[in-house]
Amino acid sequence: MNKAFSQSFKIHGSDMYNAGKASTEIKTILKQLGINSTTIRRVAIAAYEAEMNVVMYAKQAIMIFEITPEQIHITVDDEGPGIPDVHLAMQEGFSTATPEMREMGFGAGMGLPNIKKNSDSMKVESIVGKGTKLEIKININ
Amino acid sequence: MMKLLEVAEALSCEVFSDEQQLQYKVEFGCASDLMSDVLAFSQAGALLLTGLVTNQTIQTAYIAEIKAIVFVRGKKPDKKVIDLAKEKKIPLLGTQYSMYEACGILYQKGLVPTMSNVPHKAMNE
Repeated sequence: MNKAFSQSFKIHGSDMYNAGKASTEIKTILKQLGINSTTIRRVAIAAYEAEMNVVMYAKQAIMIFEITPEQIHITVDDEGPGIPDVHLAMQEGFSTATPEMREMGFGAGMGLPNIKKNSDSMKVESIVGKGTKLEIKININ
Repeated sequence: MMKLLEVAEALSCEVFSDEQQLQYKVEFGCASDLMSDVLAFSQAGALLLTGLVTNQTIQTAYIAEIKAIVFVRGKKPDKKVIDLAKEKKIPLLGTQYSMYEACGILYQKGLVPTMSNVPHKAMNE
């Protein structure tokens, strides 16, 4: 696979002020590359949901964004509490969010299901007490 | 499809952005205080009505291609929020109307929904 472009972003847990910066930067890059708007919106939403999950639940993470001529890959590798039951977390409405997260308009249990909805393939690997690795692939149409 | 100028008139809005942006057109309306739901159910080109006045409202709107935002219940954005919206070129309006009233007024004016799981036709039956 030809690697055309790759960039990594550091995301800090609990940093609500900067939450969303990595995803908006990814969106700007995709616009500059002339990717079609439907694909951009899918990538931006999936990346933003993943970024918000890190800000809300994890200590920190590295988000790697890669684009090839055929696909966009986003990998988010976090240091955090992990997800005890990934299958349960994938269900719409399941949430362990705190009232503070809900006040920010998040934590409705839509994050992982919405990432799945906006991606062509999604893989979640999690170790409780260590962290979660999320891999998203979105085809460029 | 409605011009923001018409939205502003219909809801007696205070305008927090450049007046020139009132020439923008919005295709759909959606309303939520939950940004998770905006990300899950909105469509590009929509007007968002919300009572959530934070940076995350603007970031979510930018990500989801929301064309403009109306803050309901008299909520006012602070300077940081207004500056972020300016940077992202998202017009901000504010109305004293409640979410329910504001939605009703715009729906009556013909602004179609985006967040519905029910086919639009069925809602009129």
